[in-house]
Amino acid sequence: MAKVSESKKFTGTPGQIRRQRIEQSGAIVITLLMSVWMLVNLVKAPEQFVQVAISGLRNGLIYALIALGYTLVYGIIELINFAHGDLFMLSAVFSSFFITYWIGADQSNPKGWLAFASCLVVVMIFGAVVNVLIERLAYRRLRNAPRLAPLITAVGMSFLLNFIGLKWNGSTPRQWPTVIPSGDIYIGEIRISLITLWLFLIGLPLLLALNYLVTNTKQGKAMRATSQDKDASTLMGINVNKTIAFTFALGGAMAGAAGLLYQQSIGTTSYNLGFQLGLIAFTSAVLGGIGNLWGAVVGGLLIGLIQGLNDGLPYAFGQQWSQSVVFTILIIILVFRPAGLLGKVTTEKV
Amino acid sequence: MSAMLEVKNIQVGYGKIIAVKDVSVTVNKGEIVTLIGSNGAGKSTTLRTISGLIKPRSGEILFNGKRIDGIPGHEIVGLGICHSPEGRRIFPRMTVKENLELGAFLRNNKGEVAADLDRVLTLFPRLKERIEQRAGTMSGGEQQMLAVSRALMGAPQLLLLDEPSMGLAPVLVEMIFETIAKIRQQGITILLIEQNANAALEIADRAYVLESGVVKISGTAKELRADDKVTKAYLGH
Ligand SMILES: Nc1ncnc2c1ncn2[C@@H]1O[C@H](COP(=O)(O)OP(=O)(O)O)[C@@H](O)[C@H]1O
Ligand SMILES: [Mg+2]
Repeated sequence: MAKVSESKKFTGTPGQIRRQRIEQSGAIVITLLMSVWMLVNLVKAPEQFVQVAISGLRNGLIYALIALGYTLVYGIIELINFAHGDLFMLSAVFSSFFITYWIGADQSNPKGWLAFASCLVVVMIFGAVVNVLIERLAYRRLRNAPRLAPLITAVGMSFLLNFIGLKWNGSTPRQWPTVIPSGDIYIGEIRISLITLWLFLIGLPLLLALNYLVTNTKQGKAMRATSQDKDASTLMGINVNKTIAFTFALGGAMAGAAGLLYQQSIGTTSYNLGFQLGLIAFTSAVLGGIGNLWGAVVGGLLIGLIQGLNDGLPYAFGQQWSQSVVFTILIIILVFRPAGLLGKVTTEKV
Repeated sequence: MSAMLEVKNIQVGYGKIIAVKDVSVTVNKGEIVTLIGSNGAGKSTTLRTISGLIKPRSGEILFNGKRIDGIPGHEIVGLGICHSPEGRRIFPRMTVKENLELGAFLRNNKGEVAADLDRVLTLFPRLKERIEQRAGTMSGGEQQMLAVSRALMGAPQLLLLDEPSMGLAPVLVEMIFETIAKIRQQGITILLIEQNANAALEIADRAYVLESGVVKISGTAKELRADDKVTKAYLGH
């Protein structure tokens, strides 16, 4: 969907040219079909359309924040960190306990707002520290081991965190009070909840800050170098271990923030959240092109949007088909763009 | 003459494979020293050990009189040892400029770094034309120039070059060797690995011949060029 309109020149061998043609025409067909679907709905129920789109994007923002952790770690050590979804779950539980029990805030008043603000800082640190510890204790030793070893370790780590979540949160979902202003505002006929506004006010600057860090700072440059060649990076004077730990810290901090935002917007936590949202966030990362930061963001927002539209529009499959629709679209997109929407098929092999 | 680098009886291995059994190499300030020998002799492993990418199992390495074996790899470059590795190992998805900036990763003096950037671009004008191009899309020769330039951006006292002429067209090979001689004139000491032993012995002061992880022959370049065993085995006369 991303690159349909630009008329690019086809280059390469006949096979590659054919592949590019197929990719492009496939992308055009998909985009057309989706546009028609959206247009029909937009005409039929414009207010409803905008409203479900916004709430879809709100969920998408949370997916995007989690997806960044998958993509950052994959980008730097080519590991699918299965434990990442569970780190998000632990962050949500942590936020709940922090705000409700440790600070003792249970409604939207200055105390509640303060609890929320301090929780944002603390839970991001929590996510970062836990993720760095996981890397240090479990993955680092296996960095040069065959691929399967760290992958299985990540699965094991996911079980471990899941178990901690089970003990901490309990086996049944728990309800928590929301401590940020939660009414609705109206723009014309369109109702937007304040919580949605809060989510974007916090989530978007986080995304921009992360992007700035990775593209414009020395640390970010070290990350990009490390992701391409670890030995060569060492020869440049880059501390590869520290850089990888820093990457885990960034991903963990994003998962921490996502945990708090989820907990405050949905109001419920359960120990298997990590599996549910982790899977969707991982899908977002793959959809956008794993390893690509903006890909994770675009993928997350897109999946949130599609889910929102599918669940809430008059002409759609409805909520019970939500997952099926998301994964069908994932498969179709990957057939035409195997490296994801913004990912590039790497051809350089040194 | 003072020894800048002293490699003393190092043994280095990968798992069960012992790649370097017993190698001692000395490089004096201002020299070009070359390591020659057939594939798998342990030349690259020796350089990787000096750079701290691998730890030696025994032996020691001294740089300006101080022991550096055991210092983590990312700190070695800060001491003034820069390494242009085998196979170039440039960052393919970054531009030429970004690659060169990474060569100066540890340096904080922006003015000096800018001056060095000018200096390497004068040395390799081709890179100047390609400065915004992604490194992975350049030709092998250009990538090799970039690898050497990137190492120079670290402001080395000692430059380690691992097969800088590998896979290049003859014209470029000649150009690379001329450039190496120029780099030495700028006061940089060089330890050079070459398959092309003829060309290496032309510009080197001294040479070591490695075979199966040990130093077989060593001496001045002139002596080695006159040595029957060397000419038969490595110079193809
Ligand atoms: N990463 C590695 N793992 C295992 N063995 C290696 C590795 N690198 C090199 N070797 C082995 O060490 C020996 C010396 O290699 P190397 O130092 O690259 O030789 P040269 O540079 O002289 O061609 C060879 O037998 C090679 O197979
Ligand atoms: Mg070699």
